[in-house]
Amino acid sequence: MSGPSTYAPNSGFTRWMDARLPVLRLMHDTVITFPTPRNLNIWYTFGGILTFCLGVQLVTGITLAMHYTPHTEMAFNSVEHIMRDVNYGWLLRYVHANGGSMFFLAVYIHMFRGLYYGSYKEPREMIWILGVMLYILMMATAFLGYTLPWGQMSFWAATVITSLFGAIPFIGEGIMNWLWGGFGVDNPTLQRFFSLHYLLPFVISGVVILHIWALHVPGNNNPLGIDVKGPQDTLPFHPYYTVKDLFYLSLFVILFALFVFYAPNYLGHTINYIEANPLVTPPHIVPEWYFLPFYAILRAIPDKLMGVVALFGSLLTLFFVPWLDRSKVRSARFRPTYKILFWVFVADCFVLGYAGSQPVDGTIAGGAISLLWVARLATAYYFIHFWVLMPFTHRWETPRPIPDSIAKPVLSGAS
Amino acid sequence: MFKIMPRLAHVFVITAALCVAPAIAMSAVEGTEPEHQEWSFDGPFGLFDRAALQRGFHVYKDICAACHTLDLVAFRNLGDAGGPGFTEAEVRALAASYMVPAEPDERGRTTDADGRPLTREATPADYYPSRFANDNAQRAANNGSLPPDLSLIVKARDGGADYLYALLTEYGHDAPEHLTVPPGQYYNPYFAGGLIAMPQPMFANQVVYADGTPATIEQMASDVTYFLAWTAEPKMEERKRLGFAVILFLIFFSGLCFLSYRRMWRNEH
Repeated sequence: MSGPSTYAPNSGFTRWMDARLPVLRLMHDTVITFPTPRNLNIWYTFGGILTFCLGVQLVTGITLAMHYTPHTEMAFNSVEHIMRDVNYGWLLRYVHANGGSMFFLAVYIHMFRGLYYGSYKEPREMIWILGVMLYILMMATAFLGYTLPWGQMSFWAATVITSLFGAIPFIGEGIMNWLWGGFGVDNPTLQRFFSLHYLLPFVISGVVILHIWALHVPGNNNPLGIDVKGPQDTLPFHPYYTVKDLFYLSLFVILFALFVFYAPNYLGHTINYIEANPLVTPPHIVPEWYFLPFYAILRAIPDKLMGVVALFGSLLTLFFVPWLDRSKVRSARFRPTYKILFWVFVADCFVLGYAGSQPVDGTIAGGAISLLWVARLATAYYFIHFWVLMPFTHRWETPRPIPDSIAKPVLSGAS
Repeated sequence: MFKIMPRLAHVFVITAALCVAPAIAMSAVEGTEPEHQEWSFDGPFGLFDRAALQRGFHVYKDICAACHTLDLVAFRNLGDAGGPGFTEAEVRALAASYMVPAEPDERGRTTDADGRPLTREATPADYYPSRFANDNAQRAANNGSLPPDLSLIVKARDGGADYLYALLTEYGHDAPEHLTVPPGQYYNPYFAGGLIAMPQPMFANQVVYADGTPATIEQMASDVTYFLAWTAEPKMEERKRLGFAVILFLIFFSGLCFLSYRRMWRNEH
């Protein structure tokens, strides 16, 4: 952790413990005294919110697993058994299902926050890389979990996504059969998906610990993107940021609760209340909202293999962001050009999301514009943003003057 | 000092934008968009109309059950809180009026002396029995089509209750020019593709309501939609009641957090 430990054990037991397993010291230094920049805004509360989301998914998920049956003949009805016969089973399931969406909402805000304030730049590259790993693990976990209720969309989403591997030349079909445990999505697939869906959250938890560890070496970035110069720039994490995070977490939970109690199926698909039927293909297979931009990228490329390459490329690109952005200035507050590019990129993600939600032959503007071409342009822009604009923006960008320290603009009220 | 409202506005704008995408995706239904009806369960405080649920069960039992199963509903559910609210005696009497396959007898026999499967009266713990031995028997009785199980139908169709009501009431239109209606199929503008294997299911006065309500097609369609909205979401009333308490608490808790936050940071902004 950054800085010397200030933990002073004050009882016989804590002194005994501290000499053998200094876990109390670790907690003290991590969540109590950790020096945190004093100017963190609302967008910095999402790390805590994400930890909360992970905890909620673990607790509800482990309880749901006590009542769920991973078998093609019984899975769908076991979910309905949870909804109807298990005490507060409906609550557990709706919290878990909407919890996935809330988790992704928070992670997207968290990632865009990182992109806006340049949180991935030296010396915080490892935090970003671990974060991208977490994001990809989350996507895998969400996809596996979506298969488990064994509704029509569960089955067909699993079929579409596993079939992507069939695009790999020569070995694709073998990989597909290996993933399925057979010649199609069937009972072996459901059982292994359940096993892996239970496993991955613990992998995520482990990487979260690394993510926080990596964060606590250089300490937090901040909206000004400048380094902490001394104690006047920081506040101890507790109570300043525990109380601030708690307040914003509480607001986030209100939004969460509105979905769970008043629109529990709004973010889902009606056809997932029809049991999986391998003989009936739904007219319109769509993933959950948080996958829509990537679904648009996949469908934008006319060649299946290249579509898969673009899909995975769009994710792998994120790993290179710390080296693609060549500007020495971290925060977009002082980067007038990058600030515009950032918002254009956010808009691009929404365009991709919209295109992904529509049928592939859809049109907009009264049939004048093909959505497929919109998706293609937006896909191209996604890659251009990272591979062309990010590396070269600093060459023609004049950064605005950067404040000397965090304490000064904060204390003078200039933030 | 605390510029929270504009910040919150940002959060909600982003959230709202993220929510619009799936909503747009869901609007892509193929049949005619059903007109919105007034349902007692609309809105955050809407509960089920108990009398409508009871009448709706009557309609399901006398009309729909001829072809459609209701696999996820047990007789005991008809007496559950938040449901039709039949009394325990009514539930027992109703269950006993159905025969269901019996368990093997004390000598392990599953058939009687004539080779017929053993049966017994149903109890409240039994699920609503199907009239058919299996899917194939159900298909054979329905011109080759498999009528869907109705337990979840209101949640399994875009448009939900409005869709079901429109589907049930809007028979009798002439098919458009370009659509040929083959034998065994019927035209219904609200069904995706327009051609449905279900003939017009309801005719006026097909059931006699115990409470004397006139059994028009609209009345029966509305009642059975209420009933099936309940079978699809039997814990809706509990959910909305608990939700109200939870959100009230969270607002209060957020207020306390906000005051602590402001007090803690009073010298640090």
